[in-house]
Amino acid sequence: MTSGGPWPFVLRPDGGERVVRPYAVTAGRTRPSGASIDLVAQVSVVRTMGAELAPQLVSDLGPEHLRLLRFCRARVSVADLATEIDLPLGVVRILLADLRERGLVTINQPAASGLNDVRILREVADALRKL
Amino acid sequence: MPYGSSEKAGDRPSVPVAIKILVAGGFGVGKTTLVSAVSEVRPLRTEEDMSEPSSLVDQLDGVERKTTTTVAMDFGRISISDDLVVYLFGTPGQRRFWFMWDELAYGALGAVVMADTRRLADCFPSIDYFERNGMPFVVAVNCFDEARRYPSETMRSALNLTEDVPLLLCDARQRTSSRDVLVALVEHAVARLSDGPAVTPAR
Repeated sequence: MTSGGPWPFVLRPDGGERVVRPYAVTAGRTRPSGASIDLVAQVSVVRTMGAELAPQLVSDLGPEHLRLLRFCRARVSVADLATEIDLPLGVVRILLADLRERGLVTINQPAASGLNDVRILREVADALRKL
Repeated sequence: MPYGSSEKAGDRPSVPVAIKILVAGGFGVGKTTLVSAVSEVRPLRTEEDMSEPSSLVDQLDGVERKTTTTVAMDFGRISISDDLVVYLFGTPGQRRFWFMWDELAYGALGAVVMADTRRLADCFPSIDYFERNGMPFVVAVNCFDEARRYPSETMRSALNLTEDVPLLLCDARQRTSSRDVLVALVEHAVARLSDGPAVTPAR
């Protein structure tokens, strides 16, 4: 916990404190809209970010949404995004659901079949042995 | 909208396989050390409902309605190929964190339960949890320099482990040793697939 007061400040990577609280970033929401988002679901942007982004799609997005969009230019997991953007997981999920609703990102559940596929697991074991 | 398929053929490669592994155990048992020995570890923040024990510690004056607090997990990633990635999640083992585990355990390959011979009981809740969920796990006894060594059989019986659960000695500071623990877990999961009934993800 930080010593800066009773509020749940969010620490920035540089060690400073963001004054905006997590629930302010999510406009008070505590649950993401739509289907649940797994920790290791893979997120990728649908459209090329930049000037061509339709203003009506982004006009009501906050700076944290836009930061998230920048981070998911390459396919990335939800957990990776949460550590990169340095916001709590629950907040990141809500923001990602907003982006999904606007069709700006796709969120794919990881292929669950890997867990029951002996061939894939052997490949994992072999790769780990080389670490 | 169904998950699990890529949006359009040719758009992007198919959905990568994500192997999720949990690293559990009591405070100070070496979870962070193990995860950082094999991957670049980063803190992943999550919120938890504030429970009785922590509300005695956390300063609540002025925020009496604050019911959540922030917990950091250790998060590590090992990229095997573009389409195959191992994710490690180091999580506190106390029962009050179990609600977090339900999510973590969903779709996980298995768990490493870390133990310290000086505080063996600290890993009991973790072992309980994975036994109940039927998730493959191995027990890794972190051999601290100052801790007394015991024969494996003594530790197995102290932990009341069934025959089929692998127990390993490790030095979490060593990359090779931590790596071997992960390999043992994957092999254990493979063995369970080969002999036993199909493993269904927890939950």
